[in-house]
Amino acid sequence: MMRNLLCLVALAAVMQGCSPKQDARSTSQSVTIWHWMTDKDEILQELAKEYENQCGVRVEFELYAPSDVYNQKVRAASQANCLPDVFGLLAEKHDLASFIKAGYVHDLAGSLAADGNAWAQRFYPLVLSHNEFDEANEYGIAPGCYGIPLDLMTVQMVYNKDLFKQAGLDPERVPKSWSEFIEYGRKLKAANIPAFVCGFGEIWLIDCFASCYAFNIMGEDKVIDTFRGNVPYTDEDWMKVFSLFKEMADEGLWYPGITNLNNKEAELAFAHGRAAMTLNGSWCVNVYEEMNPQLDFAVFAPPPVTAEHAMRVWGSAGASFLVSEGSAHRDEAIEFLKWLTDKPQQARYATATNSIPANRECADVVSPILASFASEIESSTHPSRWPIMEKGTVLEAFDKGIQTIIIADKQPQEVANTVQAVKAKEGKQG
Amino acid sequence: MKTGVKSWRDSAGSFAFVAPALAIFAVFYLYPFCKVFSLSLYEWDGVNPNTKFVGLDHFRSILTEDPYHWWQSMRQAGFITAFALVFQNSLALTLALLCDRAIRRNTLYRVIFFIPPILSEIVVGLIWKWIYDGNWGLLNSWLAAIGMESLARTWLGDPDTALWCVALVHSWKGFGWGFIILLAGLQAIPEQVYEASGLDGAGPVRSVCSITLPLMIPTFFMVSILTILGSMQVFALILAMTGGGPGYHTEVPVTRIIASMISSSRFGYACAQGIVFGAILIVVSFIQIKASKMLKQA
Repeated sequence: MMRNLLCLVALAAVMQGCSPKQDARSTSQSVTIWHWMTDKDEILQELAKEYENQCGVRVEFELYAPSDVYNQKVRAASQANCLPDVFGLLAEKHDLASFIKAGYVHDLAGSLAADGNAWAQRFYPLVLSHNEFDEANEYGIAPGCYGIPLDLMTVQMVYNKDLFKQAGLDPERVPKSWSEFIEYGRKLKAANIPAFVCGFGEIWLIDCFASCYAFNIMGEDKVIDTFRGNVPYTDEDWMKVFSLFKEMADEGLWYPGITNLNNKEAELAFAHGRAAMTLNGSWCVNVYEEMNPQLDFAVFAPPPVTAEHAMRVWGSAGASFLVSEGSAHRDEAIEFLKWLTDKPQQARYATATNSIPANRECADVVSPILASFASEIESSTHPSRWPIMEKGTVLEAFDKGIQTIIIADKQPQEVANTVQAVKAKEGKQG
Repeated sequence: MKTGVKSWRDSAGSFAFVAPALAIFAVFYLYPFCKVFSLSLYEWDGVNPNTKFVGLDHFRSILTEDPYHWWQSMRQAGFITAFALVFQNSLALTLALLCDRAIRRNTLYRVIFFIPPILSEIVVGLIWKWIYDGNWGLLNSWLAAIGMESLARTWLGDPDTALWCVALVHSWKGFGWGFIILLAGLQAIPEQVYEASGLDGAGPVRSVCSITLPLMIPTFFMVSILTILGSMQVFALILAMTGGGPGYHTEVPVTRIIASMISSSRFGYACAQGIVFGAILIVVSFIQIKASKMLKQA
């Protein structure tokens, strides 16, 4: 009997140990914020302390890295219904839409519009629109603004001035057209300098490169029509896009093994002068400075193939914070985000992290190179602002197909056929 | 009646002891398995609570349409497995035979040979990625140093060599397991059997062919099952070395499942892929066990 009693006590202890504990946050007065930005954690912690001293509300930034692990954590927390008061979401627009549909994200449109749009007017409108859904959005989301941007980014061409000099090129004169870009590449190759490196092992960078040129060659409407299933990927304009990659492969301008490089490896190669040009986001300024403070580099917009349509670089919000719908401290969280995106805090944040602040009143605090990146923001584009996004499976076939063109494994026509076949299987999107 | 009460009490006591293990099994194995199966019948993006029942559509798509290079990834995993079965296990057996009989200080070698398996797959993948690097890699430098510069290439960026390179690293990393198990099998063969065969005039080759190999058949089967299961499920190494590229040339089933889940947000489809993959592995293991029993009887 005694033995059985002991067993039951032990079992109860085990079951108690396995039972969910009450979330400490539910009784705490602090605002908890999850993020993935290792390079920005220090300044965020500093600002949080300052806010506590000023306003008496404790803000706890919790860093979870790397970013893919962070993404998993946020998804798992959403399913377990234990999201923090504020969190960042590293995801595409349709993922954000899923979070909103599931009721995890608070609509901030009211707060942004209060006091005559006082908060909203701080931001570049295009950056704020990264987290906005309008009335006609195709995701079925209630119109609103579901995130607050901290900074912004554009993705452009970056070049190494010293390597340009070595190849006999004027480091102050950048290529203005695609043909000139190829000519520059030839001269660099003749000087035994790999012309172009990029983290094309990460397929989103291929997508970024290709969509800039797709917008330039066929214009936004035709690109979106392709996503809707009204224009096939075998269309002659898409063939022109695929052929750009083949042209660079034929000219030998790609950095050897470019399809195996992740962005960090490509950044390392560029920072150490192993290639003359790259495509990268404005965050690279901070990265290159850490990797090689002596690197002399500058920025230019991808040179257009044609003047028929505008070249549109990718540009949007960098990091955004979302307020959890279920947060017990929602008002405190919103007040903190207002304070964080106010001019003095944004200026400190931008200076400490070498990033372009989302608050447009702080444009004067950024370095000249970051200003070059920021100059394209108003004419930029980004999947988050497109009315419809291509399906992930089609994008994968598209980007992986381009990888096979780069390594001369397949011809543009074969890739176009393959992508179109995947598109046909996925069916038309409405 | 008394006996019945005692019996009930004994059963309850026993159950209390087993219950925690059962609970853990049910929560961490049984429930996830059932959940994965039920999810495979739905279209779900991993976040939105709204799901759409699609029945067996995902399974039909995987088995008949192959829209996402699933069977190509299976073939490539099959290649890595075949390479491991032949190369990795031959190497493991050779080294085990040498350590069992021919080499002094074999404990030191046992430790050395077991180092690759205990290293992190990601770390091993990144180190080998650097070795294979087409621009600054050690392999190309060594080839140049011995006058074979013409062979230098971007090993992991070339569709002709990428899968071979990954298979080689996988075998290098995995041979230590086979080595340890085969060595244990060799050491379980009684010394007297060899002494008796020596008295009957058997030489070293005859001893290996007529004594060692037949007695090692159960061990071979165990090693080959572990090799097949381990190699078919390889993925961390691939993620670190190639990410499945270039194109789809080094994709394996697990990387396709991850792609369906993360890149395409198709959790239901990914679950169906996981179930198909698991079923294939179970069938392969079952065939191997059957073959092993038949060989033993023969």
